[in-house]
Formats: sequence, C-alpha cells, structure tokens
Amino acid sequence: MNRRLEIDVHGRAGALTVDVAFSADAGPTLLVGPNGAGKTSTLMMILGVLTPERGRVGLGDRVLFDGGAGVDVPLERRRIGFVPQRYALFPHLDVVGNVAYGVAGSRAERERAARDTLAELDAAALAKRRPQELSGGEMQRVALARALAGRPHALLMDEPLAALDVTVRADVRRALAQRVRAAMMTTVIVTHDLEDAQAFEGPIVVIEAGAVVQTGRLADLTARPQTEFVRRFVRGRSP
Amino acid sequence: MSAGTPPRERRNGLAAIAWPAALGLLSGLLLLLVLLPVAGLLFTSSPGRLLRGLADPLVGPAVRLTVATTVASVVVIVACGTPLAWVLARRRHRLWRVLETVIELPVVLPPAVAGVALLLAFGRRGLLGPTLGALGIGLPFSTAAVVLAQSFVAAPFYVQAAIAAFRRLDADLVLVARTLGASWPRVFFTVALPLSWPALAGGAALSWARALGEFGATLMFAGNLGGRTQTLPLAIYTALESDLQTAQSLSIILVVVAFALLVAIRAGVRR
Repeated sequence: MNRRLEIDVHGRAGALTVDVAFSADAGPTLLVGPNGAGKTSTLMMILGVLTPERGRVGLGDRVLFDGGAGVDVPLERRRIGFVPQRYALFPHLDVVGNVAYGVAGSRAERERAARDTLAELDAAALAKRRPQELSGGEMQRVALARALAGRPHALLMDEPLAALDVTVRADVRRALAQRVRAAMMTTVIVTHDLEDAQAFEGPIVVIEAGAVVQTGRLADLTARPQTEFVRRFVRGRSP
Repeated sequence: MSAGTPPRERRNGLAAIAWPAALGLLSGLLLLLVLLPVAGLLFTSSPGRLLRGLADPLVGPAVRLTVATTVASVVVIVACGTPLAWVLARRRHRLWRVLETVIELPVVLPPAVAGVALLLAFGRRGLLGPTLGALGIGLPFSTAAVVLAQSFVAAPFYVQAAIAAFRRLDADLVLVARTLGASWPRVFFTVALPLSWPALAGGAALSWARALGEFGATLMFAGNLGGRTQTLPLAIYTALESDLQTAQSLSIILVVVAFALLVAIRAGVRR
C-alpha cells in the first residue's frame, strides 16, 4: 500500500532554520547532506518531536501537521516507525520484549506479532537474547523489527549503518536495502554515504544548510550535480 | 643556562621525606577523628552492659516510633519526589533550575533553622496555622510533625538522586518508545522506572539514613515526647542526662544501621 509522505516544513532547530519540502513514495528515499545540514532535524519534524513554525506533513490520507489549520498529531499517534542511529534497544527487555513494545493487543498477541516480525527479518533465533548480547548488525535488525512490528505507516531511519563496524557494513547494508525495498513501505533514510545511495536505489533528496538543494536519482545527481557537496558525494568523497 | 649542560638533577632529601610524612600525618589525624569516637562507642562497654542499656523503658517506644516515622517519611519522599524529579529532569528553563536549587536547600540548612521554618509554616501562628487550626489539626508536637521534619530534611537526597537518574536516561529510548505509541505514563512506567530504579533505591536509602538521624528540626518542631515524638536520636539525648549506658546502646544500634545502609548504597552504586 502506497502511503505517500509529503513534507513541507519551516521552523527552527537550534541555530539552524529548516525549510524543507519533498515527498517520498513507497520504498526507500534517501535524505543526504553534510553534517549539520538539518537532516535529523527534518526527521524530528516528521516524527513530531520538533514542531515546525509553519508547513504541512501528510502521510497517505492523514494530515499529521498543518500549521495553518492548527493540526499537530502527537508523536505517539503518528504511526511512524523510527530507527535511531544507535538503535536504542530497551536494555531491560529481551529481543521479543523490544519488538512487542509497539504492538497493541493481549500479551500473547503481542508476542506472536513480535515473533512473526522477527522471523520475517531472519532474526527468530534472537528472540530470547538481551540487547547487550547482540552484534551491531543484529541490533539493527531488531530495531527494524521493533519499528515494523506495530504496522507503522512509514519508517524513518537515521544513519542506520553508521554505528556498524566497517567489516560488516557492506553485508548489513545489502540485507537492509533488500528488506526495505521488499517491504514497499515509505521509508526515509538519512545518510551521507554514497554506498548507501547505491544500495538502496531510491530517489535522493539533498539538504544543505536547512534547505533542499537537489532531488533525483543517483544517475541524475551524477550527471548534473548542482552543488559542490553533490559533486563530491557522487564521487564518494562526502565527509 | 648554558647550552650542552644537562639540567642538574636536584635531589631534595628533605622533600622526599616531608611529602609522605605530611600526607600520612594529616590523613591519619582525620581518620583518627572519625575512628576514635566509633571505637569509643563500640569498645568502652561489654555486651552484657549494652543489653542492659537496652532494657531502659525509653528504648522500646523510641525504636518503634523511629521505624514508623522514617518509613512513613521515605514513602512520602518517594511518592512525591519521584514525579517531582521526573518533571525537573525534563525541564530546561531557568525557573525550573531555580526550583531545583530550592529543593536542595534543606541539605545545607542548619537543623535548628529548619525547625524554626517548619514552626513558622505549620505552627499555630505559622502560615498555615489558622487553616490547619480551623480544620482541627494541630501539627506541632505530634507524630505527624516528626514525619514532616524528617521528610523536609531528607527529601533532597532522594530528589537529587532521582533527577540525576532520569537525566542519565538515553533520550533515544524515550523517543523510540513514543514513536511506538507509548503515552507519557507508559514511557515513565515501562522505560524510565525500570532503568532508573537502582539509582532511585540508592537515593531512598540515603534519604532513610538522613531521616533516621534527624534530631534538631524534630526537637524544635515536634518536641521530645516519649512514644509520640521521641525518636532514637532524641531518646539518646534524653538518656544521656540519666544513663550513659542506654545512650551508648542506642547509639550503637544507629551506627550499625547507618553503616549497613552505607555499605548497601555503595554496593548499589557499583552495580
């Protein structure tokens, strides 16, 4: 089911003024830009942690934020899954407990949904483990399962590969890209890594200094880079 | 200094001896100051005489009252202090910081001042005196006054520990829980509390230890009435006037309990 995410937000995030508009369809969309460009702040505005001064956030047929109409759906009712950079697994719960956290229903139903989601991500064997006992790649899979188990309408991932050891990053990246494409869920992935852009094959939105400077497929960006950052990014030399 | 000559190594024999000597002497003095009185408490009597000291009619009611009032105080402190700490830990505005400092005040306040302050708030002529009087409540010189005095002086120890614990919570955990549909109460009970309880327990133990030793504010605000407001520290003070043995026996009880609490808190911190 395609739930289009439409973002047009204007607001302040610390010293930065964010003025970002783009839309994302089912499948991965990459949010790219230098450090401090406002990528994470944009995610926070989509999630509802930061309140834009004006603008609109729509997801499918739901309006999550509309400054003009005074609509601001609270964070816990937006149904947007989130995978933070360091995964933030609940250390006091086992893997099933983590994944079941966002599932509604009876204890048995929640546990079953959690186990099903883990199985879909080839992580069924991790069910009874503690987060402290997982490798980086396993933590990422559990964090993804936790975000997906509650059947969100969209998924946001903040540099999902940055916390991983370089030796496993390529494998984890390939598996994650495959899953995100297969899930056909609207997914926004923050990255500043060209290899991520290559693996996920989605449209790319480039943000610099709080504003969108270019959008397009990797091939478009490569053929017609509009800024110095994009020029360096497509050559694999972004910071 | 001329080039080529290595700097002369100065061997200062006096400094080599004076430094460790000074360290040892000064540290030793302070250690003695703490250890000697404890040794005095523990070793100047015999087990038989200590037990006889506990036979004094002061002892039973004071022990019972102390257990009841300190437990009540810790319950009050934890029940009200946990929500307060949660609120203070999550606010960044300067006014909340001021409030955080105000909550700390009883730590540095002389107990006598605390007693006067409590009287001026809850006493017959205090701020709330007329209101309480109209309701038929007379707080001063009641057991409730003991709990109030203990809570007043002991609360900051718990609140401070709880604020620190809640601030240490990974903000991403709270954020993720919220994106998963958790309301604030659910975040509090399923994420914040389970991850913070060791620190909260440590703070509660510290508070309890402080409540256990409460003397000055209790004496001034609640008085020294056997069975009603005479807690162990006040019973020791009273016993001192007639029977040193009883005072010593009670003191040893408090030393043992306090030391056990200290060990438990330190073990909790290490965990």
